[in-house]
Order: sequence, then C-alpha cells, then structure tokens
Amino acid sequence: MTPMPHFAVYLIHTLFPPDVRRPTEIGADVMMGVVAIWIFVHMTRHHRWGWLWHEWFTTVDHKKIGVMYLVAALIMLFRGGIDALMMRTNLALPLHPVISAEEYNEVFTTHGVIMIFFMAMPFIFALFNAVIPLMIGARDVAFPRLNAVSFWLFAFGAALFNVAFVVGGSPNAGWTAYPPLTELAYNPGPGLNYYLMALIISGIGTTITGLNFLVTVLRLRAPGMTLMRMPMFVWSALNTSALILFAFPPLTVALLMTLLDRTAGTHFFTMGGGGMPMMYVNLFWLFGHPEVYIVVLPAFGVFSEVFATFSRKRLFGYDSMVLSMTAIMVLAYGTWVHHFFTMGAGPAVNAFFGVSTMLIAIPTGVKIFNWIFTMWGGRVRFTVAMLYAMAFIPTFILGGATGILLATVPADYQLHNSYFLVAHFHTMLIGGTVFGLLAGMYYWWPKMFGYSLRESQGKLAFWLFASGFWVTFGPQYLLGFSGMTRRMDTYPLGLGWHSLNVVSTVGAFIMGAAFLILVYNVLWSMRHGVRDQTGDPWNGRTLEWSLPSPVPEYNFACLPTVGERDAWWGVKEAFRRETGADEDAAPTPQVRAEDIRGLHLPRNTAYPFFLGASFFVFGFGVVFTWWIIAAIGFAGIACTLVYAWFDHDEHLPMPADEVRHHEATLGRLLA
Amino acid sequence: MSGSARRGETNRGTGRPPTVRPLLWAGLCAVAPLLAGCGKAYVFFHPQGPVAKTELHLFVLASLIMGAVTLIVFALVAVAVVRFRERTNRSARTAPYTPEYGDNRPLELLWFLIPAAVLAVIAIPTVTQTFRLAHVPTGGDPLVVDVTSLSWKWLFQEPGQHIATVNYVVIPAGKPVLFRLTADSAMNAFWVPELGGMEYNMPGEVLPLWLEADEPGTYWGHSGQFSGVDFEKMFFTVRALSAQGFSAWVQQVHRTAKPMTMSAYNRLLVFGTTGEQTYSSYPPGTFPSQASGFGLVGGHYVPVTGGDGGMATSLTATAAANADPAGA
Repeated sequence: MTPMPHFAVYLIHTLFPPDVRRPTEIGADVMMGVVAIWIFVHMTRHHRWGWLWHEWFTTVDHKKIGVMYLVAALIMLFRGGIDALMMRTNLALPLHPVISAEEYNEVFTTHGVIMIFFMAMPFIFALFNAVIPLMIGARDVAFPRLNAVSFWLFAFGAALFNVAFVVGGSPNAGWTAYPPLTELAYNPGPGLNYYLMALIISGIGTTITGLNFLVTVLRLRAPGMTLMRMPMFVWSALNTSALILFAFPPLTVALLMTLLDRTAGTHFFTMGGGGMPMMYVNLFWLFGHPEVYIVVLPAFGVFSEVFATFSRKRLFGYDSMVLSMTAIMVLAYGTWVHHFFTMGAGPAVNAFFGVSTMLIAIPTGVKIFNWIFTMWGGRVRFTVAMLYAMAFIPTFILGGATGILLATVPADYQLHNSYFLVAHFHTMLIGGTVFGLLAGMYYWWPKMFGYSLRESQGKLAFWLFASGFWVTFGPQYLLGFSGMTRRMDTYPLGLGWHSLNVVSTVGAFIMGAAFLILVYNVLWSMRHGVRDQTGDPWNGRTLEWSLPSPVPEYNFACLPTVGERDAWWGVKEAFRRETGADEDAAPTPQVRAEDIRGLHLPRNTAYPFFLGASFFVFGFGVVFTWWIIAAIGFAGIACTLVYAWFDHDEHLPMPADEVRHHEATLGRLLA
Repeated sequence: MSGSARRGETNRGTGRPPTVRPLLWAGLCAVAPLLAGCGKAYVFFHPQGPVAKTELHLFVLASLIMGAVTLIVFALVAVAVVRFRERTNRSARTAPYTPEYGDNRPLELLWFLIPAAVLAVIAIPTVTQTFRLAHVPTGGDPLVVDVTSLSWKWLFQEPGQHIATVNYVVIPAGKPVLFRLTADSAMNAFWVPELGGMEYNMPGEVLPLWLEADEPGTYWGHSGQFSGVDFEKMFFTVRALSAQGFSAWVQQVHRTAKPMTMSAYNRLLVFGTTGEQTYSSYPPGTFPSQASGFGLVGGHYVPVTGGDGGMATSLTATAAANADPAGA
C-alpha cells in the first residue's frame, strides 16, 4: 500500500515532470486555460451546450463533419505554425538560442507530425466531406456513422497528441521516429508513447475514411455519372482513398511493433536481441511515400476544378488527367526506398528506385501542361482560389525539379537530410498541398457556409503567404549546399550559415503574418461576408453549384440525372442557348412537387463520440503504462461497439411534404 | 550614387536608353544569391575529391536540364495568364475564347514524351554513376577506417595501423579510403561534404563508403541523421596528409599515445560529448565482426577483420555504462 502523499507526489512527478515546466509550456497552459474558460463561459451564457451536442457532436451529416474537420485543421495549422516559428527563431540566434536542445527536438517532432497527420489530413477530409457527395449527386457518404467514427478517432487522437505538450512530455524523435532512438534506453518517459498511440488511433480513423470514400465514389454516383464523367476532384478522392487503404496498415503495424518494443520487451527494432532498426525504416516509408501522394492528389483535384472554373473553360485533357493521376497512384507504391538511398541497399536497388522516382515526374508533367492549357483560350479571373492555383504551378515545378535532383542517386548522397531536402519537401507540401487546400477552402467556402470570404483580405494573405514562402525556403536550398543538416537546434558560426538562416526566419514570420490575416479574413467574413443567394457564386461547372448554399440536409430533393461531364455547366449552357440570356446567366433549378418523394436521412448518434473518447482513455493509459486506466478505456471501446452493433435505429425518415416545404422556402419548387 | 554616375557615363558612351541599366542591376540583385554559390561556404560546389566531384557533376547536369524545363513552363504560365486574363471591357478582348477546347491528342502525347525524354537523359548517367561509385577504384589499395557513431561522438579505428581516434580522423591524400560504418548507439550518418556524400551508421550493420581527398587539407564533417539531444555537436574533422606525413603521424601516435582499454571504450559509450582523443591501439571486439542485414555489398570490400565479441559485448557495455553514470 502506497501512502497517499507518496502517490500524489508520484502522480505530479509523472504527469508534470520538470521538462514540461518550461516557460513556453506554462505560457501554453495559461493560454489554453484562458481560451477554455472563455469558451465555457460563452457557451453557458448563450445556452449553446445542447446545440453543440445535438447539432455537431452527434451529427452524421457529411457537411457538418466537413466543417468540424476544417476547424480542427485550422487550429492544428496554428499549433504547427507556432512550432515552426519557435524553430526558426532559434536558428536565427545561434549564439543565444531561445529554446533548449531538448525542447527543440520536441518542437520539430510535433511540427512534422501535426502538419502531416493533424493538419493536412483533416483539411483534405474537410474538403472531401464538404463536396464529394454533392459532386456525385449523393445524399451522404456510403457509411455516415463510420464517417463520424473516423472524425472522432481523428479528433481524440489529435487531442491525445496535443496533451503531450503539457502532460508528461512531448515525443522528440522526429516525425519519422527511427529506432533505436525510440528505444526505452534512448527515450524513456511517455513522450514517444503519445506519438505511437495518437497515430495508431487517428490512423484507424483515416483508414476507415479511405474505405468510406472509396465505396461512396464507386457506389453512390447519381444515374448517368459514369467514371469518366466524374469531376477531377472526385477522381482525386478515389485515388487518395485507394492509397490510404493500402498505405496506412504498414504504418500502424510499424507503430504497434515499436510500442511492443517499448512496453512489452519485444525486439523487433531494438539494438541487439535480434532486432533490426532498418526494417522499421522500410515499413515507415512503405507508408510514408504513398502518404506524400495522399496529401498531394487532393490538391491536384482542387486545382483541376479551380483552373477550369476560373478560366471559364472545360478542363484540358481530361482523359490524360485521369490516366496520369491513376499512374501516380500506382507508382507511389514503388518509390519508397528513395527516402534512404544512403542506407546501404546497394547500387542495383538504388538505381531502380532512382529511376522509378523519376518516372513519377512524367504523369505529373502531363498534369502541369494540362493545367496550363486549361487557361489557354479561356478567360482567367484572378480570384483568391485561382491565385493559389497559379502560384502552385511554378512552385511545384521547382519542387519537382529539385525532387528529380534528389532522385539522382549520387547527388542524393550529398543532399540527403540536408536543408536542400528540407526546402524540397516544404516546396512540395506548401506549394502543392497547402496552396491546394487553401484554394479549395476559398473556392468551396460559400458552399459550406453560405457566404463568401472577402477577396481583398484573402489576396493580401495570399501575397504575404506566397512571398513569405520563397523568403523562407529559398535560402534553405542554399543552406543545403553549405552542408547544414536538418534537425540541428543550433550551429557554430564560421560555416557561413548564419545570414541565410536569418533571412529564412524573416520569411517564416511573414508566413505567420499571412496566417493571422487569413484568420481575420474568416472572422470578418463571418459577420460581413457577402451572402451567396444563387448557390453558384463562381459560375461553377459541377453539380454542387446547382444546390443552394448552404446545402439542405438532404442535399438533393431529387437525385439528378447526369448526361455529360461538367453536368451543371451543361445545364446552364442549354439554358443560355434556349433563352438567349447573358453568358453569365444561370437558371435556378426547379423541382416538380410530384417528383419529390419521402427520404431517409441517417440519424444522429452519440456512439462515435463515445468511441473516440474511450480510445482516448485507452491511449492515455497505455502512454503511461497505467494498465487499469487502459482497461477502463478498452471496456469503453468494447461497450460502445456492442451498443453500436445492436443499434439498428439508423434512419430518420423525412416525409415528402417536409422536403417540398423546404424547397419552396428556397424558391426551388415548381408550382 | 556610383550607380547613377556609371549610368550617365554609359549613356554618353553608347547612347543606350537610360532604363536598361536599372533593370540590369535589378536582375543582378535577383541572381546574387545564386552567384553567392561561388563562395567557399557552399561546400557542395567546392568538391575536394573524386567522389564529391562526380556527385556535383551529375547534379549540375540534372540542374541544367531541369532548369531549362522550369523556365519553359514559367514562360508558358506567364503567357497563358497575361494573354487570357479576363478584361473588364469584353469587346476589347484580343485573345480568342474557346470554352470547349479540351482535347488535343497530339499535344497530350507531346506532354508525355517531353518529360520522358528529359528524364532519360538524366536517368542514364544516374544509373551508371550509381554503379561506378559503389566500388572502390581497383588497384587503389584503400586505407580502411572503421567508423562507429556513439552518443554523441565519433570513434575512428584504423585496423591496418592499429590506431583509434575520437572526433577526428587522419587519412592520406590522393588515395581512396574505405570507411566501414556502424553504430553502437542510435543511427547517425557519416558526412564530409567536401569529400563526398553520406552513408548511415546503423547498429547491427556495417555499411561501406569510399571517399578520397585530392589534396592534403582539413575537411569538416557532421552527422546527417538526428540522434538525440547533443546531435548538433557531432562535428568531426578529416585531416588529409601527404603519404609521408601520414606514416610520420602513425609512428608518432604509436610513440606518444596510450592504448585504448575496454574501460576507455565503455566511457565513450556514456551519453555525452567529448573532445578529440588519440589511442595507439584498441581492444578487439569494439567493431562488430559480422553484420546482419544488407551489410557489405558483394565481395567488393575488404572483409571485416578481428573481433570476437562483436555487438553483444558493446551492447552490454552500453547498458552497464549508462545505468551507472558515476562509473564513467
């Protein structure tokens, strides 16, 4: 029996060890506390708790889940960005570092993990959820409840990861977490367990999302929408889902084996005992390389929609776009070794993977040329979404060119893990993924929320973000040529690294300013943004723009019949021809009352939320190897699943009259 | 000030319009960071050995090709954006508007062929040089250096000379050196940018890397793979001496330095950093006698010699040394 005071001391020392009592942590604690109290007071004063629970936490509506993903992604972008600024500040001041090496290691680890898993992934799912069912003419995703399960597993996984910052200590072995640095002997404490459990939990959610959208796209398309009539963003969702389905299992396996090494004394990747660290590297990148395409293919999809819409022209080379995207999906599985040419695989293996990596540039090049030719012969409008798309092409070409340089195996021996590599993958991930996601956000914002983001503010944020990006990463290419390796918290003077690092840091703060303007843009537009009356603010081409904004709960009063690519554009063109109307004119789609039938919506349910919460408790128990807490969490998981199994009350009937009434208020009911 | 004076001079001399010079200066400022590549700090552009030179030459070839492609695409984007931008006055439009222009099979085939041809030009030398660099040049009779990365220091053992050094290594210039890399700690990567690219130090494996310094000199190296809290301090130096200088150094070490004992090796295993150290011999078994995994490639390398304990010995030592820091 442990005396009570002892137990309290143990608890405090475990949960709040000295290395989480640093000024930055305490500052974050205070800030989070203030925000939490403000939210609590605000919610209570306005009686919003019931609204939060019934409208959001228990929802299975893909549109609302999309909004929740988007909110989470923007919050995580803030957290990951703060991490980046802390690193950049340190590197600008090599003689007077503001954070210690220990803290720096935690910060670059969380920066990488958060930006990939808790910013890019949910941002992608936000866009998928917001528009994929609308684009294919469906009432929801194939498995609405599983969709909510995915979201809550992601949300609680992200929460578990972020708790590490203030409770117990953050992971500090890089986002790749190569063993044996992750072994207990090198890495005691709960930090790394947080990384493992958070990624395992959110990874389950991600895998389910992949499955869900794969089935949705393959099975729920409106009549007449053949595969080759699908918008390119839907093609990107299909390819991304296929990648997720086969790429995430190796990651989950590698993380589980590492967890067993740390908690159960196994020797999969340990030093000695027959362990083989190299195998982790293979498993990780078997996931890691497809992951690169998981985050960039959706951006390709967004750009295809944005270029066509804002050039007022059909997408150039649709067939070759589909072919090249599918080729990228397949090739993505065959290049993972290029992440470790310098690990002794031998010249034959290295040459094979060098060439296979170069092959990916062929379909990507095809896509770039097709996007340029989509503008050719069009009428290009410089909206914020289009600006991001246009900035993407030169950025991505340069990132692709440096990628080819890295695939040139002997050159990679010099550039691997240098700042050249850091600059390369940030060029791809920011210039490709983030530009794409922001373009998608500005493009579909009116559809999601019913009002537009103010363009002038968005353009200011864009110019700051795009120029800050070059100021940040241009010098980093040069730092690579000077021999600076990544993940150094400080460096000696005299190697010629200092001035370039200072410039890079200035750029990072410009990007930070751009993010603040973007947030201001959102907050301002929430109050004063222009309402979208027509549902088609951009003169769009695909089905989601035929619906009112925001979209009614049931999406389509009557499922549409699709006769061609760019289905909504086709309807508008026919209308313009018949009426001789202006080339910007659009009809308001009308539904005949007798065509509307009663329908079934998926019923809200609380079990996905409780499943996520149980996983959180389970994960927290495993992190500290407090098995009683883990068992409680596991029991929660089991009970929730059993409840879900027997809960067949999944459908909420909606009578035809209710749909008719709603359509009438929208002015879309043909009398 | 001097800029404007020069501009006046030029105007008198050539009669050029005065707007050209500022543009030229602006252009020069824009490429200044690239010209700075001539600075000595850009070690990648100042190779001091055949391996680094090969790697740089391939890089330059690929950069020129990719640079040309990049410029062409930039130009295409610029033309598309400027020519086909929406005008407020639609009747003033000059560029044709062809909203249904969405297919051109010959053009699409061209998109496919251009990158394919470009990549073939890069891929062929890539493959040949990859194979060439994987082998120590024949007839060179390389000096063998066994490199063990520790937390957070570098141990160099020269089995032919029976010399061990910490955080620096002495090699002869003008002769290939075969580094055999392993780790008795977390992974690191051995990298001397002026001499050539990196290779990983991994526990349980011995990976080969050959480098050569053309001229005597001092070259800095660093770990290329994050390995824990003092990783950024893992700098080391490579001192290349002339052939006579090298044998003189070997004799001097044997005369003046003490032998490395097992306990001295165990002290190196304790987490932390240290200065440079020199030993006239080292105990067997501190470099693994056999490697699992990919290990050595084919039979192209001098087989690993000596050692009876291998990794097992040093692993036990790691655990013991770190469990009892006072014993350090």
